[in-house]
Amino acid sequence: MDKIYELLLEIRPEYDFKVNNGIIEEGVLDSFDLISLVTMVEEQFDIFIDALDIIPENFSSIEAIANVIRKNGGEI
Amino acid sequence: MKTIFRGKKITGILGVLPQNEVRFEDEVHNYNFPEKQTLRLKKVMGYEKHRVVKHTTSSSDLCVAGLNYMLDKDLVKKDEIGAVVVVTTTPDHFIPHVSNIIQGECGLDNHVICTDVSQGCAAFLHGLMQAFMLLEHLEDKKVVVFTVDTLSKKVSKKDRNSYPLIGDAAGITIVENDSSSKDICFNLYNDGSRREALIIPAGGSRLACSVDTALMEDVDNDGNLRSLDNLKMDGSEVFSFVQTEVPPLIEETLEFSGQNKEDIEWYLFHQPNKFMLKKLAEKLEIPYEKMPMNIVENFGNPSGASIPINIVHNLGKKLLDNTYNCCLSAFGSGLTWGAMTIELGGMDFCEMLISDC
Repeated sequence: MDKIYELLLEIRPEYDFKVNNGIIEEGVLDSFDLISLVTMVEEQFDIFIDALDIIPENFSSIEAIANVIRKNGGEI
Repeated sequence: MKTIFRGKKITGILGVLPQNEVRFEDEVHNYNFPEKQTLRLKKVMGYEKHRVVKHTTSSSDLCVAGLNYMLDKDLVKKDEIGAVVVVTTTPDHFIPHVSNIIQGECGLDNHVICTDVSQGCAAFLHGLMQAFMLLEHLEDKKVVVFTVDTLSKKVSKKDRNSYPLIGDAAGITIVENDSSSKDICFNLYNDGSRREALIIPAGGSRLACSVDTALMEDVDNDGNLRSLDNLKMDGSEVFSFVQTEVPPLIEETLEFSGQNKEDIEWYLFHQPNKFMLKKLAEKLEIPYEKMPMNIVENFGNPSGASIPINIVHNLGKKLLDNTYNCCLSAFGSGLTWGAMTIELGGMDFCEMLISDC
């Protein structure tokens, strides 16, 4: 989980991602940040995230991101 | 529509690029986002540099420069041309048509058929489809297909989601009858219910351009400034559309042509951005090396001209003496998505022209 938190902080260092569960909905990350995040997660966890999993819901919280990593073969 | 075109061949392609090249770093300050955040997209999306026409250059200028070059070099002769097909979303005017402007400027015969088609990213497939059908009536004459867009004029320079990837260009493709050619398997879909994913709201008969439509606003509260005169792209919707529709389209087209993925030597796709193409390659289990995805980083996304620019940049002179089994695919505004299998090669020419337009 800490790794995901660090990646999010790299994109938006000013935001407290640990207390927020609506990263996308509140407009903290836009669709282009999402693409950056997907690429960073893929590199960090050495996985390919299925294109159909790249939807806002799957990246709306640290827990949701952890789930999509696990679904695509990554280990948390 | 799924069909087979028989006895048709692409015998030459000229890519036409404007001289003016702009680097992504030089535009970062235009956007309403922290520089570091914007620069991160450089690697992911393939933003490096793009080609943009001069303020005074129209779509027909790129086409006329290209066709005059071809006539000067004897790559095609005036009396060989039976039809001019122009596919564009950025015509010089509503009236007259771009094809007529080209015909007049290049001094082509009055018997030459001139036709314009309005299509965006899927322009090349639509243009070829028109050419294949016209050739049924043109015997030994050639069809010149111009796929051209100068979208830099319709995209807000303050829209970080769209402007860095826009590239102006034209592709000029010669298509002719050749009874020895392999069958071309063609497959095309449309879904107008999702048409607003890519839209220029004002400027047509629905909403005329006015002082009000030119107002720049952050309509989506995402930091991007654009007016109703500008192109608006719903990035998430377009990404989802491409990843959902294109993989089954390719599978279906290959099955229709009786081929496996491994039989195809080159997957020459429209070039929206590197990320989207990488995801398509992964989904389709196609090696990256077989699917070039380097056009955005070199020239920007040339919209309707993307496939000919892709072919010229990545295969170029190889297509003079070799032949390759190829799958072409284009997808975008409309929404429209299509694919075709075609043998490319044995061409008379396949080259790039840098125009001073």
